Amino acid sequence: MAYKLTVNGEPHTVDVPEGTPLLWVIRDVIGLHGTKYGCGMALCGCCTVHINGEATRSCTTAIQNAAGKHVTTLEGLSADGTHPVQLAWEEIDVPQCGYCQAGQIMSASALLAKNPHPTDADIDAAMDGNICRCGTYLRIRKAIHRASEIAAKQSAKAPAAAAHS
Amino acid sequence: MEKTMVSRRSFLRASVIAGGGMMLAYYIEPLEKALAAPALPQFGPPVTLLPASFITIAPDGAITIMAKNPEIGQGVKVMLPMLIAEELDADWNAVEIEQADLIPEKYGSQIAGGSTATPTNWVPMRQLGAQCRAMLIAAAAENWGVPASECTTSPSHVHHEGSKRTASYGELSAKAASMPVPDPKTLKMKDPKDYRIIGHTQANPDIKKIVSGKPLFGIDHTMPGMLYANFEKCPVFGGKVSSANLDEIKTQPGIRYAFVVEPGPDPSALAGGVAIVADYWYQARHARDNVLKVVWDEGPTAKQGTDTYNATAEDLAKKDPGQTLRKDGDAEAVFAGLGVKVVEASYSYPFLSHVPLEPMNCSASFKDGKLELWAPSQIPSGGVAQAAAALGISQKDITLHLTRIGGGFGRRLTNDYVVEAAYIAKQVGVPIKLLWTREQDMGHDFYRPAGYHNLKGAVDASGKIVAWRNHFVTFGENGRFAQSAGLSGEEFPSRFVPNFSQLASMMPSGVPMGAMRAPGSNAIAFVMQSFIDELAHAAGRDPLQFRLDLLAQTPLPPAAPPPGTPVAFAPVAFDGPRMAKVLTTVGERSGWGKTKLPANTAMGVAFHFSHRGYFAEVAEVHVSKDNAIRVNKAWVVGDIGSVGAINPGAAQNISQGAVIEGMSHTMGYEITIDKGRAVQSNFHQYPPLRLTEAPKEIDIFFVKSDNPPTGLGEPALPPMIPAITNAIFTASGKRIRSLPIEPQGYSWA
Ligand code: FES
Ligand code: FES
Repeated sequence: MAYKLTVNGEPHTVDVPEGTPLLWVIRDVIGLHGTKYGCGMALCGCCTVHINGEATRSCTTAIQNAAGKHVTTLEGLSADGTHPVQLAWEEIDVPQCGYCQAGQIMSASALLAKNPHPTDADIDAAMDGNICRCGTYLRIRKAIHRASEIAAKQSAKAPAAAAHS
Repeated sequence: MEKTMVSRRSFLRASVIAGGGMMLAYYIEPLEKALAAPALPQFGPPVTLLPASFITIAPDGAITIMAKNPEIGQGVKVMLPMLIAEELDADWNAVEIEQADLIPEKYGSQIAGGSTATPTNWVPMRQLGAQCRAMLIAAAAENWGVPASECTTSPSHVHHEGSKRTASYGELSAKAASMPVPDPKTLKMKDPKDYRIIGHTQANPDIKKIVSGKPLFGIDHTMPGMLYANFEKCPVFGGKVSSANLDEIKTQPGIRYAFVVEPGPDPSALAGGVAIVADYWYQARHARDNVLKVVWDEGPTAKQGTDTYNATAEDLAKKDPGQTLRKDGDAEAVFAGLGVKVVEASYSYPFLSHVPLEPMNCSASFKDGKLELWAPSQIPSGGVAQAAAALGISQKDITLHLTRIGGGFGRRLTNDYVVEAAYIAKQVGVPIKLLWTREQDMGHDFYRPAGYHNLKGAVDASGKIVAWRNHFVTFGENGRFAQSAGLSGEEFPSRFVPNFSQLASMMPSGVPMGAMRAPGSNAIAFVMQSFIDELAHAAGRDPLQFRLDLLAQTPLPPAAPPPGTPVAFAPVAFDGPRMAKVLTTVGERSGWGKTKLPANTAMGVAFHFSHRGYFAEVAEVHVSKDNAIRVNKAWVVGDIGSVGAINPGAAQNISQGAVIEGMSHTMGYEITIDKGRAVQSNFHQYPPLRLTEAPKEIDIFFVKSDNPPTGLGEPALPPMIPAITNAIFTASGKRIRSLPIEPQGYSWA
């Protein structure tokens, strides 16, 4: 079956059987490897992408449910790694192994897009589906608060440029 | 039946040791003992490391430093280059770090395991930097016609004060390369107070790639014309395929190959199973999940399970121990005597799976008799040795590229997935990427062994421990412990209690076992530090002061090393004053005994010595009426030598991670075995701690001591588990004697 979808602003037509998880379309068919596989059961959050702006587990999203929609992966969050969440992650040096961080960043950026100044409780609620086996959670909390500050500064400087993803 | 199994297991162990998986044994051995084994392929022959192998300086001053060891998140990719750059006196901003391929002739040992990178490289890496700096100085001195001894350096520059001349490393690099490589013994190393790089936080060199989703990890590797593979093994450990519906599999969309793999001579390297190779990985997985039907020859392990192990362990505990690991004085006489308070308790802990978040994978290409591998492996040389044996080719015909690794924790000390990828690539003659499912990862691990400890201790009227007996029931046979299932006679409180018996009995098992972060220690600390806590409470003493008093005892001499061990390779004995220092410090930092805590909230304390690191930790825990637990805050104090932490930011990160991992062990990690297979299959049954459950604060502090720097990958983990369970006791009166606690009715708040 051929399905049309937009990934990071680019239109794609992919020919895969119905039921193929979006994760494997992104990784193996389209060839973007930022989005990771960790569990395949919506348990770890490694595979989080934005579908029409919503943080979604791509491992349990069948391709037919992503057809016609706008998908953003970590590669599409910004052209040059300057999304506030990416900058904050770099500044706080969040990762250990780094494997979970694509999913963490996608969940965090979806949270901040809706809630620019989240409390610790908001962060807990939004990030609970993302496992970090290495245990970088304290830095993740800190980096989300920091990203919120960076975003506030960016939008103060250039209001038009703040509409990322 | 039982007999066959015994001999098969013995063979397996022997071949593991011969085939490169010996790292597992090495991992728990004292460092010196491991280094004393140069005959093993991982270590030797000893190579002379040359500055030119590690350091390249371009005419424009750009410096490239090779990172030789596998990066699993422990921060070694920046740490080793920091050592080189410091003594090179490099401008750190001009340094680019590049991951080295596996070339032991050039780079020496390339291993991520046993917290060995720091102690084994602290001197050689700094020497390489110092040699290179001396060569740059020699080049400048020759250009200027001045004595080298009058030249100094500042970051990436050589100066001659007398003639007011300066040259950059970039200008000098071509000439420096032709200068003789000096004997490192003739070079003076920096005074640590002048360190600009060591002891200062340096960022993860891959950070930009990680945050922007660039391909980095093994799972991200691709090759032109590559196919994707999955490998389904018998759910019962050691089983093999009787028959499989391969013809039906081959009719599925995208499937190119499906074939049976017979177990190799070493089943821990190549087990029996079905390989499925497809255009895309999900096609292979889909066929495996929905169409594959295999009749397995399950073998003898199908009769074993956690229930049978528990029953056997209970039985063995009642019998005379098979082995005496250490005996001082006469503990039994003290227990039978007057004037002592005797406490008896049994402790146990389960099998654990490592679950690094990146599932096992490896890419392989076999062409014209030569094999190329892209392997996320902690001990890549073992993978090369085992792949060569499985394919019947020479190790010289194998090239191995190291990828960044999405977590190790000891899982990737075993290279089964590397051998499988190599084998499948050779069979199909096309480059392949092998990827396991999470379920295959959890079901085919080399598990942290379960264990059982039967303890008896006595305190006298003054509140001192006067006798201690531990009968440890574990896995093994013919007098040899299974991988990572051993216990040392020297394990604390050994030597600090006058009447002491460390005893062991063992039972055979077909479950594959192996090292997991802080092997042995990750379970033993829970047992020893909990029972010490029980004795403190029995003596009516403060648990922290009770421990300090114990550490203040004059220790008995350590056991003599095995005959023939060179003096320099004697095991490291536990040092009471070093531990007392970190324990006192963690008491101060946590406000132990001084902080007024809310109701049902308490602090617990524990310490443990492993991998040459001394760690004392405190957890502040709230326990609700319905046994919901919150760790409010944790404190970690470590002594890992003279510089504190080489890279403080990364050290804080992995030490906080060690606390988080200890919490996962405490609450929910448990692999149970039923009919010879793992019951748990994914994170819903085997839950790593989540962000909501993490403490708000974890305080990390390193004391400096007069000892060479040692590793940090592991030793911060073990004490956190008993610090939490001891806090639960003080807060609620309930003593935790088995892990994990979730089946005992606890949950995270
Ligand atoms: S891979 Fe999708 S949630 Fe784990
Ligand atoms: S950094 Fe390793 S899993 Fe999160």
